[in-house]
Amino acid sequence: MNVVAPFEGIGASLRRKEDSRFLQGHGNYVDDMDRPGQVCAWILRSPHAHALLRSVDVAVARAMPGVVGVFTGADTQAAGLGGIPCGWQIHNKDGSPMAEPPHPVLAHERVRHVGDPVALVIAETRAQARDAAEAINVDYETLEPSVTMAQALRPGATPIHEGVAGNLCYDWHIGDKAIVDAAFAAAQKVVGLDLTNNRLVPNAMEPRAAVGEFDRYSGDYTLYTTSQNPHVIRLLMSAHVLKLPESKVRVVAPDVGGGFGSKIYHYAEEALVCWGSAQVKRPVKWVADRTEAFMSDAHGRDHVSRAEFAFDAQGKILALRVATQANMGAYLSTFAPCVPTYLYATLLAGCYATPVIYAEVKAVFTNTVPVDAYRGAGRPEATYLLERLMDVSARELGIDRVELRRRNFIAVDAFPYQTPVALQYDSGDYQTTLAAGLETADWDGFETRRAEAARRGKLRGIGISTYVEACGIAPSAVVGSLGARAGLYEVGTIRVHPTGSVTVLTGAHSHGQGHETTFAQLVADKLGVPTAQVDIVHGDTAKVPFGMGTYGSRSMAVGGSAMMKAMDKIIAKGKRIAAHLMEASVEDIEFDRGTFRVAGTDKTKALVDISVAAYVPHNYPIDEIEPGLEETAFYDPKNFTYPGGCHIAEVEIDTDTGHVAMVNFTAVDDVGRVINPMIVEGQVQGGVAQGIGQALMEACLYDDQGQLVSGSMMDYAMPRAEDIAPVSVATHVTLCTHNPLGVKGCGEVGAIGSPPAVINAVVDALRDYGVRHLDMPATAPKIFAIIQGGQKLAAE
Amino acid sequence: MRRGQKNWETLMPQVTLTVNGKSHTAEVEGRTLLVELLRETLRLTGTHVGCDTSQCGACVVHIDGESAKACTVLAVAAEGTSVTTIEGLAAADGTLHPMQEAFREYHALQCGFCTPGMVMSAIDLVQKNPQGLSEHEIREGLEGNLCRCTGYHNIVKAIAAAQDVMHGRVSELARAAE
Amino acid sequence: MYDFTYHKPTSVADAVALLAADPDAKPISGGHTLLPALKHRLNKPSALIDLSGIAELKGIKREGDAIVIGGMTRHADVATSAEVKAAIPVLAYMATVIGDTQVRNRGTIGGSVANNDPAADYPAAVLGLGATIITSKRRIAADEFFLGMFTTALEEGELLTGVSFPIPEKAGYAKMRNPASRYVMAGALVSKGPMGVRVAINGAGPCVFRQAAMEAALSSNWSADAVAAIKQDADGLNADIHGSAEYRAHLVTVMAKRAVINAG
Repeated sequence: MNVVAPFEGIGASLRRKEDSRFLQGHGNYVDDMDRPGQVCAWILRSPHAHALLRSVDVAVARAMPGVVGVFTGADTQAAGLGGIPCGWQIHNKDGSPMAEPPHPVLAHERVRHVGDPVALVIAETRAQARDAAEAINVDYETLEPSVTMAQALRPGATPIHEGVAGNLCYDWHIGDKAIVDAAFAAAQKVVGLDLTNNRLVPNAMEPRAAVGEFDRYSGDYTLYTTSQNPHVIRLLMSAHVLKLPESKVRVVAPDVGGGFGSKIYHYAEEALVCWGSAQVKRPVKWVADRTEAFMSDAHGRDHVSRAEFAFDAQGKILALRVATQANMGAYLSTFAPCVPTYLYATLLAGCYATPVIYAEVKAVFTNTVPVDAYRGAGRPEATYLLERLMDVSARELGIDRVELRRRNFIAVDAFPYQTPVALQYDSGDYQTTLAAGLETADWDGFETRRAEAARRGKLRGIGISTYVEACGIAPSAVVGSLGARAGLYEVGTIRVHPTGSVTVLTGAHSHGQGHETTFAQLVADKLGVPTAQVDIVHGDTAKVPFGMGTYGSRSMAVGGSAMMKAMDKIIAKGKRIAAHLMEASVEDIEFDRGTFRVAGTDKTKALVDISVAAYVPHNYPIDEIEPGLEETAFYDPKNFTYPGGCHIAEVEIDTDTGHVAMVNFTAVDDVGRVINPMIVEGQVQGGVAQGIGQALMEACLYDDQGQLVSGSMMDYAMPRAEDIAPVSVATHVTLCTHNPLGVKGCGEVGAIGSPPAVINAVVDALRDYGVRHLDMPATAPKIFAIIQGGQKLAAE
Repeated sequence: MRRGQKNWETLMPQVTLTVNGKSHTAEVEGRTLLVELLRETLRLTGTHVGCDTSQCGACVVHIDGESAKACTVLAVAAEGTSVTTIEGLAAADGTLHPMQEAFREYHALQCGFCTPGMVMSAIDLVQKNPQGLSEHEIREGLEGNLCRCTGYHNIVKAIAAAQDVMHGRVSELARAAE
Repeated sequence: MYDFTYHKPTSVADAVALLAADPDAKPISGGHTLLPALKHRLNKPSALIDLSGIAELKGIKREGDAIVIGGMTRHADVATSAEVKAAIPVLAYMATVIGDTQVRNRGTIGGSVANNDPAADYPAAVLGLGATIITSKRRIAADEFFLGMFTTALEEGELLTGVSFPIPEKAGYAKMRNPASRYVMAGALVSKGPMGVRVAINGAGPCVFRQAAMEAALSSNWSADAVAAIKQDADGLNADIHGSAEYRAHLVTVMAKRAVINAG
């Protein structure tokens, strides 16, 4: 038997193959590249939230030292460059399409947010380009900005886009309002809650960067970019912006330093460096500094919602009614319209057997940076709303918060379970993950810890969140019917080399997820090839046939499944070759981890025997089978996958200052089959840290003029090591029923389940202070004000 | 600086320093940062730039044995110093430094971008605390470094394990729990 | 950043001469405040005078009943100095909580004090211990040194060369950090000694200041309870997205209380 597979296959905590280069400084990130003849770009950005561009005078800048080109919106318009396309179209309640205003790569006639690109300056050095950008004389006529959604929606607000009435992108709904209203009318008890989901800045540690290289001989373009999905960028940029055949454009996303959603989208700078390179006939490099990242990377979340549960006398949920306003920012980013609709409202059943749901969502343009998917994308917003409303309901119904959840869970034998909001969950076991969470967190022992903390003068609280999410996106026909302008399959090629080593080409992209390891484990498990002999190639449109990239926890569920399908083809072909070599019939050939066997005999051939035969076809059924051993599969998922679980947070509040300290965090997640437990734990821990950041620290704030006041890491509070509690991670597996691996996805569960657990813990800690709800982030001054207010109440 | 002051107005400053044991002399601008010298002139791109406010620590290197943010040091100010970057940690035979090995063993990195700075900071932290550090003290000691991927949990575990090797308390790195 | 010329003098006299010759030149010590500002192009000095080559500006020594620290002495050196730990432990403690490790490995006391950032740590020690600022031309009492936000009594071309801290009987420091920048939201340094009872508040206002009511209360009763009842007036305190003036005023009392406890 092959001794490799048990140690390296599915379920092994294999140490990562990619770490050797990262740990020695040998990673290859976009900013590490230095192309021959390269020049540098600096983007002049609007200092105003909303203004007309009366003139942009670049004459002085053009004459500055080192400058090789200065371009404005007028130039890109004249060159016929298209705007940045949106990848999803949502329809209004009345069936009409959403408003989809143009999104030029350089602002033309008007700027709509602080950071909107106004001019592209290319010079020998970055400093020279920046010097020249400062010499551009822009005559702005400032307009009244609409910074908040309330401002944008108020009658008489200045339209941000011509022809977009009331700054409303769309007014969408799901569910039957009349049925839900009737359920509310018949309810024993209604519990409502107004809540916001705070706007966040993703802040992957690597700032975005792009190098455009135009080859004047072939007319080909190469774009090196910090992207989570190079093929999608190629498609959007070549077809919509540069208007070139895709065959003329190669997009490479090498090592990418984190994404969390922010590097999914096609950004103006990617098109600008390519087009700029063709203008100046030299490679053009642009690297964002962090200040630019704050004002040009798509932001996340930013919802304002009203939510209500209708309950019967036993505390069973009868109905849910939700009204949400979602901030789109100034332009529609690539996936923005689908986040507050099909990634949010369709999740509003959560893990509960809510019979009827009605949700309406208004998407609003404001004079702020575009908002799009950020780790979890819509599901954190849905989970936060449900789990806060659950806790408030428990208290107002006088039912224990754990018990109320248990009473309303979808039963383990109810799967497949059709929710009232379109999704059909394939599997889950919410009672078990809850029970495991309670035990791991020692929920029953909490009051002792609370009393001990009280003796130290601290308020200790515990909070729970039980959740389900939908990822592994997504069935193409389904998303197509919902407005997606692309399919969401994935592509995998398995290339077995003559000597038996394997190259995998995948359309998924790894920017921290460890695909070079986990994807190799799939090959080790299925084909019996040691992971050391498996290379994963990703992130290059010239090498990988096609791909839809990595986001929505889809890499293993969709990309891994494509690989499995391609390996099935390899095995099928291998069996035919083996049958020939062993003079048996194909039906009699069995395959197990690298060995082809004639069933019931000791006649075997190793995979390498087959690959040698395939590439050196001397003794080969050449009339029936082509030489070579390489197969490609496109896998289109049959459904979303539905990870779920239970998160429990424990916090302590310093009553003197209001500071909230995380003291413990427990996550028990059902992510389906676990390929590499070490990596799954790491994904959950990282997601939880981002969730804790959202709950306690992070807030993207604008002032009333639309200036980004939390525009640097000096003001935007990023969680540090001491802000995060040790995170205990466990898994309880129910298999996904519809993909070949049984995997569900682990990339986002941490960020989805954790924020409400933390806020529920904070509210629990403040149980004696009369607080019903507080908005994220639970900063020290906010908590202190509650404590002070509560003390006043107590004194009165 | 080696050159006389009278030449400052007309000549590019020149800086001589030792990087990973090798002496380099380079012409720079006054405004050139050490991290730019390392990345752009010496092409040691393992040292990263993650922010512009000295908050993130992706650029941490050692200057004369102590951790420093290379984005907040002028190249000219590094004259005569000995700088160690992430590229200079592993032994000549390729053996990883115990901290590098611990990061790998404990899955203390994901995207790898913060990793060089994190490793350099961690080594300085451990070297300055031969008495040994608790997990809480390690968390406090990482205040100058941000990581967006790992949630820090495994970084803390890796440093806790590496310190025992670095201080000679154990001969082999403790394996991570499976 | 904009380009500049760079000078690295080896004596205070040379540094002063360079500064005198060019009104747009700026001295640079650790650079951890100046360089980020230059990177954002908030400042355009014609030249930077690097003080790190001046040996006479470095070092810690005891002079009678005072500890004298050279302006170019790094936070890390103050934090680990046996002399400082023995004589003024609060100063060593403060140096361990300034910024982060890398800031402490480069940042200097002279740079911090001369810059007088309202959210910096050292100004609280200088004012709260009643230190004397030593410059290239005179000695300035702490009470006369800090004039306002980023403003001190230093004149054009005058270099801060050291700080002399009288050794207190007891002293304590406590602060709350801004969760993003990690600078001081509000801090208090309390001391009792040859300079009397002093309470210096940093972070909360536009400039470090003495809290007279707390000083009076501690003079008659050195205890945390004595300051706990004293409310800081919120008028004129800093307010930003991280905390209102009222919140900072409240923190002043909390930090003063904790500082007294830390002082023992």
